[in-house]
Amino acid sequence: MSLNTKQKVIVRDFFKVISSRSEDIGADSLSRLVAVYPQTKSYFAHWKTSEPGSAPVRKHGITIMGGVYDAVSKLDDLKGGLLSLSELHAFMLRVDPVNFKLLAHCMLVCMSIYFPDEFTPQVHVAVDKFLAQLALALVDKYR
Amino acid sequence: MVQWTDEERAIITDIFANLDYVEVGRKSLCRCLIVFPWTQRYFGAYGNLYNAETILCNPLIAAHGTKILHGLDRALKNMDNIKEVYTELSQLHSEKLHVDPDNFRLLVDCMTVVIAAQMGTAFTVETQVAWQKFVCVVVSALGRQYH
Repeated sequence: MSLNTKQKVIVRDFFKVISSRSEDIGADSLSRLVAVYPQTKSYFAHWKTSEPGSAPVRKHGITIMGGVYDAVSKLDDLKGGLLSLSELHAFMLRVDPVNFKLLAHCMLVCMSIYFPDEFTPQVHVAVDKFLAQLALALVDKYR
Repeated sequence: MVQWTDEERAIITDIFANLDYVEVGRKSLCRCLIVFPWTQRYFGAYGNLYNAETILCNPLIAAHGTKILHGLDRALKNMDNIKEVYTELSQLHSEKLHVDPDNFRLLVDCMTVVIAAQMGTAFTVETQVAWQKFVCVVVSALGRQYH
């Protein structure tokens, strides 16, 4: 389910549009992930706290969003462009692949909250496909 | 049996009380058909689904979206009994409509996005937690009679 040319334009344009709130979206997405899917907190047991809205969760959500933006800039070759992140996830973090879908869903919800008019169904499908491709790139080295 | 706190009941009741059934129903089903186009397989008799624009203007789809949302009313009114309330609907989806139950999850994910857009920042983390719990129970109940 790869992105066609039109969808790549949609993704690049939409991420430009939402860039003013990208940190809020990142922080809010991770907070929602650990709240709605509490099993995901298992990856953050080494933090002082992994409660939704807490400082470490917000900070890490912003970091993740930075990674997403990096991926947008490498849209034409996600697997190649994200090689080191992919190795990090495969050999160090080893986040179960199912969780990328859960985080993607929370990101889509946040995009819908902050940009209800811009997050049309056509934008939704393009961004959902992009996040799925991004996840595939991150798990590329898993086995 | 699912246990609901008073707060969860209040949140779910509140969401439905402020819901535009026609708009949210239409938008949710349209979004599902556009974002997950393979779901269109169940709507062969619903007229033109050629692209996003025609889907969004399709009156049969709009009406069906509203119907689905009213179907959720049953769960809202019987939150302590959702499994039993959806027994027949589950059988219908399995034996007559032959809908892959994973599609229920796809539809409710789209519904969540639509409701989030409608409620904006009022769709708080706590609201989303309660809503997700509610739709999970509904999806599970609808899939229960499959064999």
